[in-house]
Amino acid sequence: MDEHIVLTEATYYILLSLYRPRHGYGIMQQVEELSSGRVRLAAGTLYGALNAMVEKRWIVQLPVEDGSRKKNYQITERGLAILRTELSRLQELVRNGEEIMGGQTHD
Amino acid sequence: MTERITKTRWFWAWEYEKEERWLNEMAADGWTLAEVGYCRFTFERSEPNAYTIRLEMHPHDEQYLSFMEDTGAEYIGRCLQWVYFRRRSELGAFDLFSDLDSKLTHLRKIHKTILIVGILNLFAGMLNLFVGLESTSVYRMNNACVAVLNLLVCTFLMYGLGRLKEKIDSLERERLLRE
Repeated sequence: MDEHIVLTEATYYILLSLYRPRHGYGIMQQVEELSSGRVRLAAGTLYGALNAMVEKRWIVQLPVEDGSRKKNYQITERGLAILRTELSRLQELVRNGEEIMGGQTHD
Repeated sequence: MTERITKTRWFWAWEYEKEERWLNEMAADGWTLAEVGYCRFTFERSEPNAYTIRLEMHPHDEQYLSFMEDTGAEYIGRCLQWVYFRRRSELGAFDLFSDLDSKLTHLRKIHKTILIVGILNLFAGMLNLFVGLESTSVYRMNNACVAVLNLLVCTFLMYGLGRLKEKIDSLERERLLRE
């Protein structure tokens, strides 16, 4: 079922940023940095996406450390598989785009 | 003590963007929202434009509030299903939703809530109307009056549902082309 999912930009970047455990605000900062400031996740959007991805088991919530109330998240094996499929889809998009428009864009 | 003022205003649920605009105009004038109640808004004196205000329909959810606070937002309060946040403008642009999907989810949530309230009102209105017309009780006029109120509220809610549906449809059309 999960094989042919097209991820939204937000989902893609959130999953990428969770290669390492991060909390909510850390994800927002990392995504902004990865995209050179272009993608700014709003908190409500991120919260909804995180809950949906935990439900689908693409990511997990790590046990809360003592003395901290911030919840950390990390990508799962299933999440990694989704990300790999998406990466090859994106490569196909880029390949086709370059093949057809390649000459023109390099003028 | 910080100077405070309280204003009374009524906004229908589908006018939440208008409400948000008004709250941000107040903030621009140096009055930042500090407390909310039923139709009551309390503002405190602050630097003009010191804060951005946002509101959202969101059920009671402690986790969400602490999540928001981690991102630098301050929880102002809640009124029925609506939560109010503010964040210092110097921290950058403050929005609750950054893509069409989450905006659509939010609008559909509002639509659904109004629909349920509308159906309950319609049901109560029919029941009151029936009692008002058919019963022999001395209080039946009360039922008839409440029935009229119920059905009036229903009409307003129907109008609101229409407005929301327009917004949802236009975002959905856009969603066909972009995220």
